[in-house]
Amino acid sequence: MDQVVVNLLNGLSAGLLLFMLSSGLTLIFSMMGVLNFAHAGFYMLGAYVGYQTSRIVGFWPALLVAPLVVGFVGAVFERACLRRVHKFGHVPELLVTFGLSYLILEVVQVVWGRAPVAFDPPAVLAQPAFTLVQAGATGLSLVLGRADAGLCVHAACTTFPATRAFMMGVALLMLLALWLLLRHTRVGLVIQAALTHPEMAEALGHNVPRVFMLVFGAGCALAGLAGVIGGTTFVTEPAMAAAVGSILFVVVVVGGTGSLVGAFVGSLLIGLLQTVPLTVDKSLANAASALGWTVSPDSVAWPLMKLTLAQVTPILPYLLLVLILIFRPRGLFGTRDD
Amino acid sequence: MSDIADRVALELRDVRKRFGKTEIIRGATLKVNAGERVALIGPNGAGKSTLFNLISGRFAPSSGEILLGGARIDGLAPHRINRRGLARSFQVSNLFTHLSVFENLRCAVLWSLGYRYAFWRFLASLRDANERAEEVMAMLRLERRRDVLAMNLTYAEQRALEIGLTIAGGADVLLLDEPTAGMSQSETRRFLQLIREVTAGKTLLTVEHDMGVVFGLADRIAVLVYGEVIAFDTPEAVRADPRVQEAYLGAVDAQGLA
Amino acid sequence: MTERAEPDAAPGRPKQGRLPLGGVDGVPAGRGAVTYHFRPYNVGRWLTWGGYALVLLLAPLVFSSSLSQTLLSQMGIAIIACLSYNMLLGQGGMLSFGHAVYSGLGGFLAVHALNKVGAGTLHLPVSLVPLVGGLAGLVFAALLGFVTTRKSGTTFAMITLGIGELVYSMSLMLPEFFGGEAGITSNRVVPPAVLGISFGPQIQVYWLIALYCFACTALMFAFTRTPLGRMLNAVRDNPERVAFIGYDTQRVRWFAFMIAGLFAGIAGGLAGINFELATAEVVGAQRSGAYLLFTFLGGSTAFFGPIIGGVLMVLATVVLSELTKAWLLYLGFAFVLMVMYAPAGVAGLVLANLRLAAFGRLRALLPGYLALALAGALAFTGASAMVEMLYHLQLNEALGPVMKFGGVMLNAKGAAAWVGAALLLAVGATAFEAVRRRFRVRWDAAQAEIERELKRREGT
Repeated sequence: MDQVVVNLLNGLSAGLLLFMLSSGLTLIFSMMGVLNFAHAGFYMLGAYVGYQTSRIVGFWPALLVAPLVVGFVGAVFERACLRRVHKFGHVPELLVTFGLSYLILEVVQVVWGRAPVAFDPPAVLAQPAFTLVQAGATGLSLVLGRADAGLCVHAACTTFPATRAFMMGVALLMLLALWLLLRHTRVGLVIQAALTHPEMAEALGHNVPRVFMLVFGAGCALAGLAGVIGGTTFVTEPAMAAAVGSILFVVVVVGGTGSLVGAFVGSLLIGLLQTVPLTVDKSLANAASALGWTVSPDSVAWPLMKLTLAQVTPILPYLLLVLILIFRPRGLFGTRDD
Repeated sequence: MSDIADRVALELRDVRKRFGKTEIIRGATLKVNAGERVALIGPNGAGKSTLFNLISGRFAPSSGEILLGGARIDGLAPHRINRRGLARSFQVSNLFTHLSVFENLRCAVLWSLGYRYAFWRFLASLRDANERAEEVMAMLRLERRRDVLAMNLTYAEQRALEIGLTIAGGADVLLLDEPTAGMSQSETRRFLQLIREVTAGKTLLTVEHDMGVVFGLADRIAVLVYGEVIAFDTPEAVRADPRVQEAYLGAVDAQGLA
Repeated sequence: MTERAEPDAAPGRPKQGRLPLGGVDGVPAGRGAVTYHFRPYNVGRWLTWGGYALVLLLAPLVFSSSLSQTLLSQMGIAIIACLSYNMLLGQGGMLSFGHAVYSGLGGFLAVHALNKVGAGTLHLPVSLVPLVGGLAGLVFAALLGFVTTRKSGTTFAMITLGIGELVYSMSLMLPEFFGGEAGITSNRVVPPAVLGISFGPQIQVYWLIALYCFACTALMFAFTRTPLGRMLNAVRDNPERVAFIGYDTQRVRWFAFMIAGLFAGIAGGLAGINFELATAEVVGAQRSGAYLLFTFLGGSTAFFGPIIGGVLMVLATVVLSELTKAWLLYLGFAFVLMVMYAPAGVAGLVLANLRLAAFGRLRALLPGYLALALAGALAFTGASAMVEMLYHLQLNEALGPVMKFGGVMLNAKGAAAWVGAALLLAVGATAFEAVRRRFRVRWDAAQAEIERELKRREGT
């Protein structure tokens, strides 16, 4: 039972991290129609800048500094490159962010090298947030921090890292802040207006290009924040952008393009889909045997049948993508627009 | 003539359309006879474009029926409706920007001539398609601009090509959405003549704001106000209808004016 | 519309005359007048295709080293792949991030077929094995494409990315078909050798590739002249209007997707024969990204753009990557600059200059081009010196700070090199900007003159 709970929490925390990323992407996409292909690159940049900053002034200031730096870089890019390409249409905008993703990767590699860097969490986060102790008959109990060694001798102990708990906390706070911003502030109102009617918003005196720049910068800053947290929870290495990049787009398509609620639900779904099945060591062959059919290496489709669910986990999000496209092409919460 | 008039080309039966909580079309009923020319007028926001979108298949109605030549077309995809003989033009020219005038028109005739998704024949060898495209181009007086890309045409030329794309496929029922939008008086007059020529014998439903065009072109006028057809009659009858006057002029009496 | 002197009469049909090899701009079209259309490319067409065939034939004789033969073989393959990609991008307006799936799966099936041919279980000449790849590409494009083409625009792009990752991940899970990390190997030499052709020597493989390259180029060009090809363009320009002229937009895209998959599969099959190997990376995201990058660089708006793109792809990935470790950085910059300033690619630049030359305006701009080139070279030398030094410090620390840069020894840790490079960059960049502004004025003037000339020719 403890395993199940921790697995669920792992899945949820991964999903919330994805949400931090996909919310920025969705915001930029809904707002400007630009699909920021380099979004995962900004995530990576956030991790590296956070790493570098934390080595100078410590983790907690880095948590503030890195998103600001990344947001600034994003805003500069929007001003210098994206704005110029805007008039050519959406495809060139996507292409320019695609080129940027290459550039970010190369720059990161040349500055920090190709090997992973040791972006360690601060002491307070480097320990378990809590431990679940499954003591056979007496059931499940929760111990804050690390449980005593004595408790774990005759019971199953599973820890849940504080970094992950922190990640969940920040993500939820961010969700709240976003919601408040969009619904209850003037800035949010202008953004919502410029979202659907940019010309009108501009005619009313709002500097829409500047709003675009700010939104793009803010979206990248969110990615940078996710990067600091993700980088310290997981590994900070050049491959981290590619690892999360394509999953991000699956989230957006599954959740429905242009919907923050969709991004939230889609992120959680994909996060769970990427984590929970990892614990299942059974395959279709096992299932068939359980039903009474005989399966052996000579059976038809054996190569497929023998794959355990844990082995197949990496493709599950993409299978979900295909299913959604067949049965509900506009995504779970998508608007009608393409 | 009465034979043709007996056939109802296009019919709307209590068509309703709601977007979210707002009902835009609130029970539109209309019967357009074959060969008839009907102008659809109404104040801004009445739902004229929405109605066109419903008929041409861009949206499906929330309830009610739309019939083309007696068969129901509501809920069908636009290309299926088009294949049954209904074509529409757009208020904002909707052309194939990077194709030439000739190519634009040739594309418009391909399906009606049965060429489908053929990749085993050369376009240059399709005599009937090429001839038909030339024919339409001549009707539109655009032969001199044959190889000019659609995006490089003047505004009036684009509007003409827009009409061309609509009629080239030989559809019998034509929906024209503000064909003379943005034109000067003289351009409008000439364009009107063009429309009369190219739509001869077809059933026409057009949205128009220019009353000169409306009274010069239409056999009957339908007045759409707040998503309902409040009048559908000959131009003279509509002009005299008090409900129409009120809809356009507002509560004149309330202000004490005659 | 201009005023007409004649009274409005019923529209008639203009008779159309066509002279066999082209004619002269005749009397302007009035109704009932005979119109002649100048069709220079009837002769030009034979010349271009003949020239293309000639280049394919003579290239290995002019560049006869074994490295050249390898490069040329790869170029032939890349040309087919990029042309098939442009069917989606340039002709259909479909931005795909997963095209390598179809060329890669074609490669895998071709390698498996080749192994079966070698084992004697499949009786197929080696020269027809790429068609097996083509068939695989077609079938997979039909299956996956049905789902993929349901959406368009950016959503389509995201879907292709997802499916690309799906196939790549699956390729690591099914070692029986994909051979795991090592991939599947094969042997293209299958006795007996017909007419002395065993496909052992690289040059023989080149001839096979060149033949397929010519045939595929011709077929894909022919496609652009068919109803489906033209409707694909229409879908690119205005998908909404396509529905209102009777076509199902999704169908058009799906069929085009299948045909593009077919040719991608052929390219993959040829690669399988050429390298005698297929690994998971041939379906991977980097390969797909390369197709996109280089097709766009070559030029997606002209038919021959991807041919340039294919050549560039091989030159960059094989030659440039040897010259400098920073090649991806250069590529990334070149790509971003292209998208921003020359979205029609190299082909677009070539065509623009050909247009200038056709109107006699190119000569006046040549000094400007020269100045731009010089200033640009200066700036580039400075910038690239700094980039190379940076890369050297990061990647080659063990070799010490001194490195070779274009024949000059630089101390990457010394201030002199950095200051010098920065100076070069600053001087070059300022000069470039100054020249660019003047050039821009001249360029715009030339374009305006051409427009006037065109109007004059039309209006008479």
